[in-house]
Amino acid sequence: MEQPTTGAGAPQRTRIVLADVVRRRDHDRARAELTEQTQVGDALVRGLVRAQLALALRLSVVVAIGLGALPLLFAVAPTISTVKVMGISLPWLLLGVGAFPFLVAVGWAYVYLAERNEQDFTAVVRRPER
Amino acid sequence: MGNPYIVPAIVAVTLATLAIGFYGLKLARTTSDFLVASRVVSPTWNAAAIGGEYLSAASFLGVAGLILKYGVDVLWYPVGFAAGYLALLLFVAAPLRRSGAFTLPDFCEVRLHSRGLRKLATAFVVFIGWLYLVPQLQGAGLTLTTVTGGPYELGALLVGAVVTANVALGGMRAITFVQAFQYWLKLTALAVPAMFIVLHWQGDGRPPVTPPDGLTFPTATTVVVEHRATLTLHDGSTREVQPGEELVFQAGEPVPHVSGVDTAREMDWLLPGNDAGGLFGTYSLILATFLGTMGLPHVLVRFYTNPNGAAARRTTLVVLALVGLFYFFPTLYGVLGRVYTPQLLMTGETDATVLLLPVAVLGSGALGQLLAALVAAGAFAAFLSSSSGLLTSVAGVISTDVLAHASDRGPGQRGSVRDFRVAALVAGLVPVVLALNVASLDVSQVVGLAFAVAASSFCPLLVLGIWWRRLTDLGAAAGILVGGGAAVGAVMVTILGPPLEGWTAALIAQPAAWTVPLAFAVMVAVSLATRRRTPPDVGSTMLRLHAPESLRL
Repeated sequence: MEQPTTGAGAPQRTRIVLADVVRRRDHDRARAELTEQTQVGDALVRGLVRAQLALALRLSVVVAIGLGALPLLFAVAPTISTVKVMGISLPWLLLGVGAFPFLVAVGWAYVYLAERNEQDFTAVVRRPER
Repeated sequence: MGNPYIVPAIVAVTLATLAIGFYGLKLARTTSDFLVASRVVSPTWNAAAIGGEYLSAASFLGVAGLILKYGVDVLWYPVGFAAGYLALLLFVAAPLRRSGAFTLPDFCEVRLHSRGLRKLATAFVVFIGWLYLVPQLQGAGLTLTTVTGGPYELGALLVGAVVTANVALGGMRAITFVQAFQYWLKLTALAVPAMFIVLHWQGDGRPPVTPPDGLTFPTATTVVVEHRATLTLHDGSTREVQPGEELVFQAGEPVPHVSGVDTAREMDWLLPGNDAGGLFGTYSLILATFLGTMGLPHVLVRFYTNPNGAAARRTTLVVLALVGLFYFFPTLYGVLGRVYTPQLLMTGETDATVLLLPVAVLGSGALGQLLAALVAAGAFAAFLSSSSGLLTSVAGVISTDVLAHASDRGPGQRGSVRDFRVAALVAGLVPVVLALNVASLDVSQVVGLAFAVAASSFCPLLVLGIWWRRLTDLGAAAGILVGGGAAVGAVMVTILGPPLEGWTAALIAQPAAWTVPLAFAVMVAVSLATRRRTPPDVGSTMLRLHAPESLRL
């Protein structure tokens, strides 16, 4: 178990330069807020969950429009299917080749944005006392 | 069939699989090594392993065959198989890893603390696992018959025995190395022959895939009739053929249409929207494959081997890229199969496209035979790796939930190594017996049904469990029973029941479009009705699922 350090005396100051004591103390408080389900901690977690869910849903809509609308589009406007790009008809190109880089791009964007949400959350939790 | 390289190639793949398994066995010393690879597998290894595990007979053989038959509409299969990983990444990957759950039943226990729900989830894991395993073993038997003329039973037994032994002896660490090896083998086995085939097609002056006058035989071809059928010739006349009759077609002769073999004609093949189930079928397929992947037991079990949630996300992204890269090639085989192996459209055995195309294009010289052997080895890798992954996860739930329970250690406790081995034997024996006895099922269709069952049972459980605080154990159980049960019923009717007509057929053959919303609706409604059963620790569970590890809570 880690003991909270008093961190008042001069010798301790040298250790604070290493950001060890201060961070651990703040961290302990943040940890307590979160794990003891105080109102602040609960609101923080709800905010994170909501942000991550909103991100996932937004990107799902991107896929639903980008890929999911294709069968409907082909059904409503059959002339689109007969368009040829480089000798290959458009539906084949979109589904056989284009869909995969599109999915990877959306996935990459998600990983980047989700990690940023988590960094924001970590920053709020670790924020030094005002 | 006189190809001297195929048997050595298949033997080499099998031996390499066993050798890597035993190499891993030397490294695996403790129970935790066996079950979760000690959680130190790097994202790249893990991603290749997930890819290797995921690309089954349905992907390696089935997709090209479907494309040869039905054309652009079935491109949704590979797109959906890949997009499933995006849904997994968006909604499940990191929180599931942080939950610490090793299997789906574990997740039920962690999130909802319900023994009953745990048992229900175990039953569904075993059902989906076996539903997925049987066609793999049957595909192995059919491949052996196609490429070597050997007996069907031998292929199914061989793959069943190798996989069961490997899983029982090596556990999961060995499997991680085996699977990663299998992914690269499968990619090579399709990509290298594909390059030769495309170059040859270029050299032939790019014969059109949909010639205006209909498909023609590229070389003189003999087709032996096995069933009474009616041929519709190119000029519209028909001709009855009897079993045993040999039909000889000269090079350049048009390919007749055979009654009873369901294929798409020229324009239907090229243009979208001519599916049997129409738009409903397409959207149902999209829903099943997009949402089903996250509910497949052998996929989820891998996430525990990631060191943390962020690594789980990165692993999933790499898997998405690897799987997408792979699916480019089956499409190529399916398209060029129309030029070089049109006789498969007469026999309906389009699953053999990938196996037959190298020799059909490059001739039966040494090059064609070597490439054919490479493809056959890749197909065997597909059977071995998917079956291993499925067997590991089915054996995992049997050893932790059934055997541990029977030996009074209580469910949820990690079983001993001996339990795991016994479970692997049991889990391997059942599908082998089924594969030897059940009448042949269509590989891609059964795999599609397994996706539909997973999408209507575990997908709502995971998504609501991870993102919605008010989910209760009763709500989850009701949703799985109603939605998953409806999908299981549709599977049973499709496999065992009579052929259906019209809308009923569409609803039963592609059930996901109604069973998935049904499962979500029931889960939400029953959870709201049983609000008092919300787990009291849902707050700390949510914290555990979503808080980044860097906080070290």
